[in-house]
Amino acid sequence: MAGRFFPQEDRGLENKIHWFCALIVAGLVLLLLRAWNLQVVNEAYYLNLSENNRLRVVETPPPRGRIYDRNGALLVNNIPSFNLYLVRGDMPDQEAVVNRLALYSKIEADQIIEKLKKEKGDAYRPMKIKEDLSLWEVAQIEGHGLDLPGVKIEAEFKRHAVSGMLGAHLLGYVSEVTQKQLASEKYKDTKAGTIVGQYGIEQSYDAMLQGVPGEKRIEVDVLGHERQVIRERLPQRGDDIFLSLDLKVQKTAEAALATRPGAIVALDPRNGEVLAMVSHPAFDPNILSKGASSEVWAALLEDKKRPLTNRVIQGQYPPGSTFKIVVAAAILETQTASPAREVECRGFTRFGNRKFRDWKVGGHGTVNLHRSLVESCDIYYYEMGHELGVDAIAAASFSFGLGALTGIDLPFEKPGLIPTKAWKLKALKEQWYPGETLSVAIGQGFVSTTPLQLATMVGAVASNGVWHTPHLLIKRRDYKTGLISEIDPQQGRRIPVSNAALRVIKGGLAGVVSEKKGTAMKSRSDLVSIAGKTGTAQVVARPEKETDILPEAFQDHAWFVAFAPVDNPEIAVAVLVENGGHGGAAAAPLATRVIESYFLEQEGPPPLAKNENAPALRLESEGAGA
Amino acid sequence: MDTRTICGFDRLLFIALFLILAMGVLSIYSVTGSLGTQGTPLYLKQIHWIILGWLVFLVMAWIDYREFARFAYPIYLVTVLTLALVPIIGRTGMGAKRWLTLGSFSFQPSELAKIGILLALAKYFSDAAPKKGLNLRQLLTASGLLLLPVLFILKQPDLGTALSISSIFLSMVFVLGLRSRFLIYFSLISMMISPFVGHFGWNHLKDYQKKRIFTFMNPAEDPTGTGYQIIQSKIAIGSGGFFGKGLFGGTQSQLKFLPERHTDFIFSVFAEQWGFLGVLVLFILFFLVILWGIEVATLSKDTLGSIIAVGIVGHFSFYFFVNVGMTLGVMPVVGVPLPLVSYGGSAMVTTLGLLGLLLNIKVRRLIH
Repeated sequence: MAGRFFPQEDRGLENKIHWFCALIVAGLVLLLLRAWNLQVVNEAYYLNLSENNRLRVVETPPPRGRIYDRNGALLVNNIPSFNLYLVRGDMPDQEAVVNRLALYSKIEADQIIEKLKKEKGDAYRPMKIKEDLSLWEVAQIEGHGLDLPGVKIEAEFKRHAVSGMLGAHLLGYVSEVTQKQLASEKYKDTKAGTIVGQYGIEQSYDAMLQGVPGEKRIEVDVLGHERQVIRERLPQRGDDIFLSLDLKVQKTAEAALATRPGAIVALDPRNGEVLAMVSHPAFDPNILSKGASSEVWAALLEDKKRPLTNRVIQGQYPPGSTFKIVVAAAILETQTASPAREVECRGFTRFGNRKFRDWKVGGHGTVNLHRSLVESCDIYYYEMGHELGVDAIAAASFSFGLGALTGIDLPFEKPGLIPTKAWKLKALKEQWYPGETLSVAIGQGFVSTTPLQLATMVGAVASNGVWHTPHLLIKRRDYKTGLISEIDPQQGRRIPVSNAALRVIKGGLAGVVSEKKGTAMKSRSDLVSIAGKTGTAQVVARPEKETDILPEAFQDHAWFVAFAPVDNPEIAVAVLVENGGHGGAAAAPLATRVIESYFLEQEGPPPLAKNENAPALRLESEGAGA
Repeated sequence: MDTRTICGFDRLLFIALFLILAMGVLSIYSVTGSLGTQGTPLYLKQIHWIILGWLVFLVMAWIDYREFARFAYPIYLVTVLTLALVPIIGRTGMGAKRWLTLGSFSFQPSELAKIGILLALAKYFSDAAPKKGLNLRQLLTASGLLLLPVLFILKQPDLGTALSISSIFLSMVFVLGLRSRFLIYFSLISMMISPFVGHFGWNHLKDYQKKRIFTFMNPAEDPTGTGYQIIQSKIAIGSGGFFGKGLFGGTQSQLKFLPERHTDFIFSVFAEQWGFLGVLVLFILFFLVILWGIEVATLSKDTLGSIIAVGIVGHFSFYFFVNVGMTLGVMPVVGVPLPLVSYGGSAMVTTLGLLGLLLNIKVRRLIH
């Protein structure tokens, strides 16, 4: 340094100043090295962290395909739902934020804090904690955004059944895929948090309705709040599907069954398309689809009336006298007897040491096959059934689709039961007693069927011997192109019953409604000719003296199966009213209502009006059946 | 004033200062934009402070420093008195009582205290004129002079300023040396005892100060709390890379991940935007300023000037090391600003004033 002015003694000072400078330089160099370390050596690492800070990839759930009825009436769609998410990585003080959040939205703060603590995965993956926020909650939370770091509201969709509880079991509901499902084979590729169909059509056609989630890269600020979308891959919506359901008929059926527990199912016998499906009591799928609380679920599961059961396909009941259709077919096909063969019905018969009674005290008199159907004589079938043997009856049942799954495109169907000698040996380790055949012949004993099976049974009669697999899906609309493609239905299968036999049976069924002594005579329609069979299925053995004072739970189930019009039928119906009493009284009127509503909406005058012979037909049938 | 006294190096200094100030204002602008208080953007306010600071610079450079020194002890006393007033009539801000208000004008007595202790210590040491280093009595007296304002300041609480004043003391003592080995050992031992004293003092440390030391030890343990600042700062700096992300390209700064962006962590903002290259340039500029200060110390015609210069350089360097070190994650978070760069009026005026004092000493080196 030029120009030193220190006196000699202060050379020491100057040296120390130089040391001082050296010290400072050393410090600077160290800091510089540190900066080098951060900015050059570890740049990638810090760059990555900085990106993680501000860039997130968020999945956008796809809108689910809509569900329509056969005429394009909307059944299920999606409506906007504001859902609340938390991002742990953006929450510096989790407890404080959650407690503050509880001021603006009804949440279980303690539960959520616990959940946050336990969560192990990616800290930047949003956790959904509440669905379907009210607009007030949204406004409050957004308004207090600065105080709520890590709290996000996403506008998503919730599933909405347009008509509430209508067809609840048929349509089903959706919810987040459960842990158990994720572990199973079917859902192993599904991401956690995906909304999947859990029941009914939503479940059967989940893959079609699902769609593909999208992805958006967003930039967030320090509070975790979205600032802008950098790149987005839009979600693919699911395909829309069209069901064979007829909304008008469905509505009528729902109203007809009203508050009584039971089932109604209507289908087109020409192709097996299901026109209506009602099961009461039902549930509200909208409550379940938006994430019901555990209390709601518990209430539904514990309800003794079993609202979550689809009685149409899961309810297994003794078919009662409706089963006589099958037995009649068996009689004719095996030529055990001719239709003209007569049986004396005196109201009871003895078999072994048991007395088998007819429902009508005093009996029906002399009965042939036609009359046995029209008036539902039990004695006739006891005798015939005995002559046939249980295995022959079973064979006929199987050909009508009983005792096995129908194969409808809904989950959780039950197959019912048709007893055979072999079955009893295997299942109950007992031999078959001939007396049991008598019970089977009138649709009691071990026999159990679902309403859907009976509908397909009577449908096979209606279609002159072709049994169709019942199904619901008829069309789907591609999400991208909008093209509607029809689903090829399965071919019907010809049942081994001759046309002649079917003609006789049909005649008997027509008489049930049109003849004066027909058990469903009161349910005749002025619009269209109906053929059908009543059934009254015993729940408990009744005492000798008929009493109507049995408590409701022990009242017989009321059945009615029917098709219309008698010539070229277009609709087949099965109605079950649980503990409803007599089939003719309780179930038949409902079927008539449903059938009439179907024809009322057709174009042109109802079938009967076309037939000028209608009044004459009635007079003729009154004379018949001697 | 003899114009020959302003030489080339001085011109270089002014250029360096100008560049540093410009970079500072630009950095502040980049993260606060038109944000400001009462309608004036912060960067504009900073410019106001700079202008004020230069005025003080001129004042400090003009009046002969030996005149200042003559009134060193009275000045010292006055500053200590104003410090004493703070707990009584002081204004509280951000949990600390640091300000005194006169009408509409607020000032921090601790800033004045810096001048006071600087002058007082320098006068004491130069009067004592120790040739072979300080003896015990001198050391203890000087410590006493130091401790009085430091204790007041610690009580405010203002750890940063207290430490910076101590740095003035320490740099002077380092340069003067201690007379005997004994004293060296004594000092070292007392520094080692300080943990125990520190333990006593630990209980007087405020919670947040304790936390700061903990998180310094391991910031990763508390990534969302007080360690957060350090982590974010490192991320900002590191992600700047070699060339930086450019003006307004600093995502960490722009998205507010970095706290105190325009004040304590302004260096992180700068480093994110200009990368290692920028950091290197800034270091060189600061080093030039420090080097100039050292030159003043060696060129000073008397011991007084040297010691004052050493104190100022030590003080300046202290702030630089602690602030930059903190942002780089090698020092605990002590809220000290980066001189000439961080937003803030007191620091700017004080720093420029002290630099003016340095110029004062430099230009009078030829005058007897």
